[in-house]
Amino acid sequence: MDTHTNLDEQIVLAHGGGGELTRRLIADHFLPKLGNALLEPLTDSAVLDIPAGRLAFTTDAHVIQPLEFPGGDIGRLSICGTVNDLAVVGAVPRAISLAMVIEEGLPLTVLDRIVDSIAAAAREADVLVATGDTKVVERQRGDGMTITTAGIGELRPGVRLDVRRIVEGDAIIVTGRIAEHGLAVMSAREGLTFQTELRSDVAPLNDLIGRLLDSGADVKFMRDPTRGGLAGVLADLAEDTALSVEVREEAIPVSTVARHTAELLGLDVLTVPNEGKIVVVVDQADADHTLAVCRGHPLGRHAAIIGSMKRSQPPLVELLTVSGGRRLVQRPYGEELPRIC
Amino acid sequence: MNQSQADSRQLVDRIVELSRRPGPVQLMEVCGTHTVSLFRTGIKSLMPAGVRLLSGPGCPVCVTSQGYIDAACEVAGRPEVTICTYGDMIRVPGRSGSLEQYRGRGARVMVVYSARDAVKYATEHPDRQAIFLAVGFETTAPASAAAVMEADQRGLANFTILAGHKLVIPALAFLLSAGDVAIDGFLLPGHVSVVIGVEAYQPVAQQYHKACVVAGFEPMQMLNGIVCLLEQIAAGQARVDNVYAVAVRPQGNPTALRAIDEVFEPADTIWRAMGMIPKSGLALREKYRRFDALDRFGLVVGPDYDPPGCRCGQVIQGKLEPAACSLFATQCTPAQPVGPCMVSSEGTCAAWYKYGRARQQA
Repeated sequence: MDTHTNLDEQIVLAHGGGGELTRRLIADHFLPKLGNALLEPLTDSAVLDIPAGRLAFTTDAHVIQPLEFPGGDIGRLSICGTVNDLAVVGAVPRAISLAMVIEEGLPLTVLDRIVDSIAAAAREADVLVATGDTKVVERQRGDGMTITTAGIGELRPGVRLDVRRIVEGDAIIVTGRIAEHGLAVMSAREGLTFQTELRSDVAPLNDLIGRLLDSGADVKFMRDPTRGGLAGVLADLAEDTALSVEVREEAIPVSTVARHTAELLGLDVLTVPNEGKIVVVVDQADADHTLAVCRGHPLGRHAAIIGSMKRSQPPLVELLTVSGGRRLVQRPYGEELPRIC
Repeated sequence: MNQSQADSRQLVDRIVELSRRPGPVQLMEVCGTHTVSLFRTGIKSLMPAGVRLLSGPGCPVCVTSQGYIDAACEVAGRPEVTICTYGDMIRVPGRSGSLEQYRGRGARVMVVYSARDAVKYATEHPDRQAIFLAVGFETTAPASAAAVMEADQRGLANFTILAGHKLVIPALAFLLSAGDVAIDGFLLPGHVSVVIGVEAYQPVAQQYHKACVVAGFEPMQMLNGIVCLLEQIAAGQARVDNVYAVAVRPQGNPTALRAIDEVFEPADTIWRAMGMIPKSGLALREKYRRFDALDRFGLVVGPDYDPPGCRCGQVIQGKLEPAACSLFATQCTPAQPVGPCMVSSEGTCAAWYKYGRARQQA
């Protein structure tokens, strides 16, 4: 970070001190972009008017390097991640809290871009940033910025998402090309010596999910395959249902660029994180209809039926490969590390 | 059935047909990436009983001796040092923990994607001593050489490497002269061959009379490579074929080879379990000796040893399949690895654990 930047152009410790600089930071850099009726009073708590009913409540911490990457940034990621966690349980996202810990020295231009991106993602997802907090930590102690969010959503009436309803024969759909977020971030990470045209897929999925739930199809399960990738969600499915999962490699949507990039890094596309995809389990009879609904949405154009639930013991996830072979799919251990050669 | 399935079915049929002729055949895939790709693409599950695929000493982390790991951990514990390493290395257990555990105790251990990143780090952090763990075969050696040359040009006084590079051909010659593993042919690694070229393998074919094929990592290339090997074996021939001609040239990559030769010279090197193999590694030439972490920090790479009960040493020589190790999938798992073959994403045990257990259990 350029230490010679004018102090007016970068975050200093006093921005987090609760005094005049903090007031100006909020008034000049946050409110004009994020302002809404819930946030603007700047009271200690936002007061939400939600009719009595079932609420979904989630929290998420966002740590990512670099802060800005092809296709998104930490701001968009924090809104979308929270919205998606609410949406996949069948909730309509209403309000999000945002706690931002900023490292001293962060250029205000970067902060502005990230707040713009938060505002844009919130508009896209039709959700309000209802309350927030900022703190500043000393140089070298903050990774630029971290964001912690919480989100509240109203459960849609009549939603019957329940992993226990999954039976043999149910179809597994993924709503688009996998592995793009993780590969884009890894490619953008400082020092990685090649560039690709890959962009993160980070997007709010609540609209697509709303259409799926309104489609009349018997949707039994949804999860966004973030950390752990598609492999992680499929492993969860086998574990939680005591059924086996069988997926066909040729059916799994992966772009050629993503496949080659993963190959180069020695990563399995199935274990690479996504931020704009959903794994959907739906009654076999509704599979084609559900697929059509997905494909009719801009975020689901490349959706595909990738496999189905099987009754075979022990419950495992098996991949039928393009070459006609079979292999096991497992949840990755920790973070997948790029290989040496 | 789509085209690629039809094509691969045809090759598999040919493999089955060829496997009937000369009796059981053992083929060694030398490279860890091949091991993983053979599992990942399901090709391993398609081999007929008469064709056995053995994994060889081609996983860079796995062949690295315990003495090297311990030396890296020891120096990581010094307050002025930042270890820069490829990700695979950080979980290999040493005598007193892995680099990952050292990091947990406060050591500075940074995962890098290339040797250049370590030079960049050293440039940007003049107060730190950056040590790059230079491991891997001829694939990564040119990048290490380039990094040392760059550090030399910049006059960096805070960059060194812990030289651990290994050479493929001496390892194959060692396995063949030891003679305790029956190998009929080698599926040779595409990545390494891009650097060293096809011709470099001639001694393996001519002196030891083994079938050799250089192949890439796509399913069709690997299947083609296996067909080529079986055809050579059936005809009683031993030559070096290349089914990866799009990337691999007869003489390799002269620029990369020159970079290696400028910075390094062949040196006797200790391999995990295989011991000292003459001229099988790379040491810094006199001209670049000041970038040697051993000298700068007074380190000694101690003797190699097996972690208790660990049989990685036999696994990397194709003498033992992971499932035959009593620790496999019980005391040794990716979450709690005992030996390096379970750590590296290219390790044979990790590949078996990740992709291969289904059919064993079922």
